[in-house]
Amino acid sequence: MRALFPAWARVAALLPVLVLMVALIPAPGLAMDPDPALADPAQQQLYERLTSEVRCLVCQNQTIGDSSAPLAADLRHEIRQMIEAGRSEAEIKTFLLDRYGDFVLYRPRFMPATALLWLAPVLLLLIGGFGLRRIIQRRAALPVPTDDEDGPPAAT
Amino acid sequence: MLRFLLPVGIFGLLVVVFFIGLGKDPTLVPSPLVGKPAPEFTLPLLDDSSRTLSRQDLIGKTSLVNIWGTWCGGCRQEHDTLLKLARDSGIPIFGINWKDDPQLAREWLKVLGNPYAAVGVDADGRVAIDWGVYGAPETFLIGPDGTVLYKHIAPMTLGVWREKFLPRIAAAAGAGE
Repeated sequence: MRALFPAWARVAALLPVLVLMVALIPAPGLAMDPDPALADPAQQQLYERLTSEVRCLVCQNQTIGDSSAPLAADLRHEIRQMIEAGRSEAEIKTFLLDRYGDFVLYRPRFMPATALLWLAPVLLLLIGGFGLRRIIQRRAALPVPTDDEDGPPAAT
Repeated sequence: MLRFLLPVGIFGLLVVVFFIGLGKDPTLVPSPLVGKPAPEFTLPLLDDSSRTLSRQDLIGKTSLVNIWGTWCGGCRQEHDTLLKLARDSGIPIFGINWKDDPQLAREWLKVLGNPYAAVGVDADGRVAIDWGVYGAPETFLIGPDGTVLYKHIAPMTLGVWREKFLPRIAAAAGAGE
């Protein structure tokens, strides 16, 4: 089929769409946290990391950093106190896992039940790679079409 | 033939997997507390803040721990069921009044009836965090040794009681004898 518009015109027509798509990317979660930052910058960093990684179980697609649910506020408060008491990141995560289970972490731990989840990208890449190899090998065995005609070679 | 059957087979498999997934409720998160000792807690009683409800009160007898609040619609929904269970089951129900106005909570029990053997007041929600509570009403089944045997999230119904609680209560009683 012959293109109705030149290539540059088609790209130009896509530009507004691209701009719109970029404009619609949601702004990174505006934190709901009204509390002042922790005095120690390292502690504040840990606090921000944890609150952006712990799921709010009341509104499950939000982190406790993003959620305005009362439970999220309670958990932020709890995490803040534990950080101020000098507890480590691992200790705080264990605290949450013991109470709410693995679902509370947005980044689940690697264990038998989550192995498939973690390995799926690699597996899919391998499957795709093997498929691609087979297709390329099969096509390589095909006779090379003669180049006496203008336009793409006819499908075989 | 394989070219045709393979995609159809994969599609069929996905349909089955997703169909099973549709039937599950993602808001129900299994509690890691089940099978473990109930958390330690001490709370002032709703009707007498000089006395307390603590983990010690749960030991020695199978009991229920019910997390509720007057702000919680599901709690109103299950209230009559709790009253019936308190009357007929012989199993004490301990209430934890979660982040509530104590005055409203007292009125609630006065007007609607009180199914609880005792109610502890968890005003700041700290105890609820230790219990892994995330949405009232939640009802825990506690064995005589203080082990959490089961957790039900959502209003209690007689059906849930028959199907989920009674068999576990019977099993706990059998193991204890």
